[in-house]
Parts: sequence; structure tokens; C-alpha cells
Amino acid sequence: MIALLVRDMRLAMRAGGGFGLGLAFFLLVAVLVPLGVGPNSALLAKIAPGILWVGALLACLLSLDRLFALDFEDGSLDLLVTAPIPLEGAVAIKALAHWLVTGLPLTLIAPVLGVLLNLPEAGYFWLVVSLALGTPALSVIGAFGAALTVGLKRGGLLLSLLVLPLYVPTLIFGAEVVKRGADGMATATPLALLAAITAGVAALLPFASAAAIRINLR
Amino acid sequence: MELRVDQLAVARGGVTVLEGVSFALPAGRGLVLRGPNGIGKTTLLRTVAGLQPAAAGAVSAGAEAIAYAAHADGLKATLTVTENLAFWAAVYGTAAVEYALAQMNLLDLRDRQAANLSAGQKRRLGLARLLVTGRPIWVLDEPTVSLDTASVALFGDVVRGHMSRGGSVLIATHIDLGIEAEVLELGPYRARDGSQSSAFDAAFGGDFA
Repeated sequence: MIALLVRDMRLAMRAGGGFGLGLAFFLLVAVLVPLGVGPNSALLAKIAPGILWVGALLACLLSLDRLFALDFEDGSLDLLVTAPIPLEGAVAIKALAHWLVTGLPLTLIAPVLGVLLNLPEAGYFWLVVSLALGTPALSVIGAFGAALTVGLKRGGLLLSLLVLPLYVPTLIFGAEVVKRGADGMATATPLALLAAITAGVAALLPFASAAAIRINLR
Repeated sequence: MELRVDQLAVARGGVTVLEGVSFALPAGRGLVLRGPNGIGKTTLLRTVAGLQPAAAGAVSAGAEAIAYAAHADGLKATLTVTENLAFWAAVYGTAAVEYALAQMNLLDLRDRQAANLSAGQKRRLGLARLLVTGRPIWVLDEPTVSLDTASVALFGDVVRGHMSRGGSVLIATHIDLGIEAEVLELGPYRARDGSQSSAFDAAFGGDFA
């Protein structure tokens, strides 16, 4: 299992891997939105939580279609299924690797981009906390979508359509945490719901993803 | 460990292609599957390896005794030869990387990226994976594609060595590997009516169609 994590991280870091793609996209969104909206700092401060969360979500989506498709194309998915590690564990590990190369860097760079969007001072802490709690759910749900569409030609479009509605609760509660935090209100309720979504999908979806892969390999 | 296949029927895309296939493969023996293109050799091997369910019949050996090598080698182009093998060795919990490299004559290429290997060298690396699995039953699908005669002979030696250590080999191939193995012609097992069931039923195991 650790070997799979190490391999996926190494593949992402080497040339041609997906590392940096999501980060660059997130950066573009945060730089371009203030230019598009104009120099109204009060307006920017108001929309910053939503923009940052939407940007992080779309950046996560960007590299999802490669999650299982590459392993499927070169035949290593067949070999992983017949290997002595449980497929459910392999799926969870691959989702974890996806989070480590997209969700975690996004979380760490988000405060810097918050400055560009004039996020109120009180919001930075909650921005990092909500992204750290919420982006793992994005990776796990995304892995489920990728498992459903593995083996399909041009499965990326279907993947986006399948995954986007499942992302909505995470987006709503994640952005709500930042918004309330920035306004100095209590954040406990949306934060608890965000954590509940992440815990729930991390516990259940690897089983669904493994079942979907088994069916798709037949 | 003996591999027994009993009255096995296999389906591809919802169409039964082979039925009534039975054979026993004792430890230390080899069995070569022969048959024209499209008869279902790959489908049969995938079923034996546990990648797809049997339409009928049973495979006795557990999937955990079987190492499967398909048409695709499952190599990662940006990893080196050693890294590729070390990953599979870690997954299977063995430490036979050096041994496998030596056996498949890959020691000189060990630090090269898989992307820079020729087709035959990639194939040799893909087959070296079998040696690091440590599993007794090898299920091989056309293992000699793109190998030159010297490499075919080398792989023949590896297979003979595996059999002499009590391993067994189920292999679909059209060329002579120089191993002592029985031959099973699949022609007589071709499914007669090609009974069709939908992919949906096949996926969800429903008998309600």
C-alpha cells in the first residue's frame, strides 16, 4: 500500500505528471477574478470565500480523469486488481495520493491568493481549515467518478457531469465556513457538516469505487 | 499447487465464447492453449486469473496463487527499470528484484527509464514482474510478442526454471517456447449457440432478464 502511494507520488512529480496543473489553474482563477470584477475591494472581500472554494474545486476536478485512466491504458490496473492488496485499499491510497498532489498544495497556497481577493483578516484561518477538511472529500468523490468512467473513451466529460453534483454539499458548507469566519460569526455548524461529509465519503466511497472498477474491467 | 478448471464457460461482451472447458494443471507442469484468433484465449485466461467472473463452472485455485501477465506490461514510462520492478516486489512482499533483473538479462538497463526501452526490452521487463510475484501459477497471454529469438530462448529458460521449482504455467502462445507442456486445443470448446445476455445482467448478476 505504501509502495503504491510512493509510486503515485513519484509519477506525479516526474515530468508529465499532474503536479502543478491544479495549482496553476487555482492561481489563474484568483489572479483573473479581481481583474474581471474590478477594483471594488468591498465587493471582492464579499465574494472571496466563494471564488476561492470554486477555484479549488475546479482545480481538483482538472486532474481527476487521469486517476485511473493512465493505469487502465498501460495495463497496470489489471495487474493491481490481481495483486495481493485489496482493491478498496488501493482506491483509497490513490485518492490520498491525488489529495497530496492537488488538495494539500491548494490548501497551503490559498491564504496567499486570499490576499489577492482581499479576504478579510479573520477569514484566513477558516479558509485553511475548511480547505484542509473539505478537499479530501473532493479527491475521494472524484476517485469514485473516475472509477465509474474508467475505460470510457473521452470519459472526462461524463466524469465532470457525474462528480459536480456530488461536490455541491462540500462547496456550500466549505464556502459557508469561510464566509462566517470572515464575518466573525460562529462556524461550528458548517464546519461539523463539512467534516461529516469528508468522513462519510472517505469511509464508504472506496468500496463503491472498487466495485465500479471490477465491473468496468470485465 | 494444482490448478483445476471444471466445466468452465467464459463470456466476452455478454456473448459466451467457450463452454465446457475442463483441465487440471498439477504443480511443476505446463499447459499451452491453442486456437484461432478470437476463440477466447484471452477471455479464458482473464477468467482464470479472477479478472472476470465465470459464466458457468469453476476455477479451483484461488486468485491469490496466480500471477497474470497480459498483452500490456503495466509499466510506468517515467520510472526506471528498477523502480518499476521494485514497486511490484513491494506490492507482493518479496525481495527478488535483483534476481529477476539478472534472470531476464536487464541488469545493464536497470537505471534506464522505461520510456527509453525498446518494445522487446519492455516485454522482458513486463515478464520479469512474474519473478518478483513469488506466486506458483503463472497465467501468460502471448508472452513472447515482440521478443527476438534470443529473448524467447531466455524466457523459455525462465519458465523451465519456474516449473523445476514446482511452479506451473498456463500459457496462450503460437510459438514453441521449448518447454515440456501439454497442448489444449480450444476449438472443440467453442460455444455452440453463443447465448447472449446483456452487459447489464452480466454486471449485476441478475437472472431476471
